[in-house]
Amino acid sequence: MYDVERIRDDFPILKTEVYPGVPLVYLDSAASSQKPLTVIRAMDDYYEHYHANVHRGVHRLSELATTEYEAAREKIARFVNAPEIEQIIYVGNATEGFNLVAYAWGRANIGSGDEILLTELEHHANIVPWQILAEEKGATLRYLPILDDGTLAIERLGEFLTERTKLFSFTAASNVAGTITPVRELVDAAHSVGALAMVDAAQLAPHMPVDVQAMDCDFLAFSSHKMCGPTGIGILYGKRHLLETMPPFMSGGDMIRRVTFDGFVPNDLPWKFEAGTPRIAEAVGLGAAIDYLSSLGMDAVHEHERAVTDYAFEALSDIPGIRIIGPLGSQRGGLISFTLAGLHPHDIAEILDKKGIAIRAGHHCAMPLHQRLGLSATARASFYVHTTFEEIDQLTAALHHARSVFKLK
Amino acid sequence: MDANIYREQIIDLYENPLNYGEIENPDFTYEEDNPLCGDVIRIDVRLDDQNRVAEVAWRGDGCAISQASASLLTEEIKVKTLDEVKAFPSEKLLELIGVPLSMARVKCALLSLKVLKAGAYGIPDPGTMRTHE
Repeated sequence: MYDVERIRDDFPILKTEVYPGVPLVYLDSAASSQKPLTVIRAMDDYYEHYHANVHRGVHRLSELATTEYEAAREKIARFVNAPEIEQIIYVGNATEGFNLVAYAWGRANIGSGDEILLTELEHHANIVPWQILAEEKGATLRYLPILDDGTLAIERLGEFLTERTKLFSFTAASNVAGTITPVRELVDAAHSVGALAMVDAAQLAPHMPVDVQAMDCDFLAFSSHKMCGPTGIGILYGKRHLLETMPPFMSGGDMIRRVTFDGFVPNDLPWKFEAGTPRIAEAVGLGAAIDYLSSLGMDAVHEHERAVTDYAFEALSDIPGIRIIGPLGSQRGGLISFTLAGLHPHDIAEILDKKGIAIRAGHHCAMPLHQRLGLSATARASFYVHTTFEEIDQLTAALHHARSVFKLK
Repeated sequence: MDANIYREQIIDLYENPLNYGEIENPDFTYEEDNPLCGDVIRIDVRLDDQNRVAEVAWRGDGCAISQASASLLTEEIKVKTLDEVKAFPSEKLLELIGVPLSMARVKCALLSLKVLKAGAYGIPDPGTMRTHE
């Protein structure tokens, strides 16, 4: 039984008053999620009791730190069903995962005349690294269009995937339209023309079960801070033969096996891609976040968010002048982006803030998608493990209030 | 708690902006957006033979604060000299807006002034208006 009130007790910040007498209603988890106490404690515990550098000391603390740093990797591998632990690379965030692949794989494998396919749904993190790569190599970026309901124009894939396509990189769940894309179908389509497939799971991993083997993707990236973990760490998953043949990304200590004045031999996976003293506390925190989400069960998390999102969709649909971006039903993740006629998203967010309700306003790092939708900005309410139906009622009431502030009929 | 930054005048200006439009042969024109939130403003200015603002017009898209600010600013700089425009203090514009703003919203409020000064200093115009309906 999913007990949202008990879950709320796990998140200390949900007891915060953002202004005197105004409790927090946090509807911005898609930007960054809040942290359960177990995650905060796990990081404190590391700093208070066993902080030391990893992979080099022979002393007790270094051994403990190394054990916990690597234990977290094992938890993450299980969480996404990676065949081997070494396929889980610690990076700074999903953005760094894309940069790593663009730099290390892209520079070795993309040439003049090659094509990289993206979609119109993408976050800047899955656009800009490829723009830089394409510019440098004389390659071409193409974008699979969306339909007006925010779903991908799958039937047009054949036009966009050609023998020139070397990589298809796409989101599994849009941070604006909420669209959940058919990952396996898209991966298979990429493979059918000999291209690799990379998945942006930043908005998927926090909310739904992820199985990289079932997806058959070649690379997949996500961020810790959107899934109850700390900021500053993310994960890149890759197929082993690709990771092994890729040159290093960052270089320095820890990523080498041997260095002479003349050159170096890179370390084994996964450390080949982890130069310098790594994010130890963050890995420990992410491990605790994985434990927390696993204890709730990702199917249960998804089911809860579906119920909340359906409820919100219905409640918001009744507000005069509202335009909800993206699809209905099973193709939508736990967020709703919208506009209100006569009220700019910034003004909506400001008025809601005074009622303690935190939402995001702007283009959510997806300017091309907003241009495609003919919008300069949207307001976005996003939901998570602790979101209640009462909070949705508060959101709805506050939106009606915002309209009255602007004297909208 | 009241959303008291939305005093009557701000909402009036948002709905009925002043000096909204464009000038055919401006002496300078400039446009910039606030990349964080997508507010965008273009300001056109025509000067008279004494280098005073003879005509000013603006157009744009964005939140009530950014758009009301452009109305207040363009109203305020009429007949001011180019040097006075260049020296226009941001505190003065915040005073005209007259409501308490958070750090994030100060950027919205000052976008119009940033655009105006960039134009006044002759910085090349970076682009064409992103149009929105």
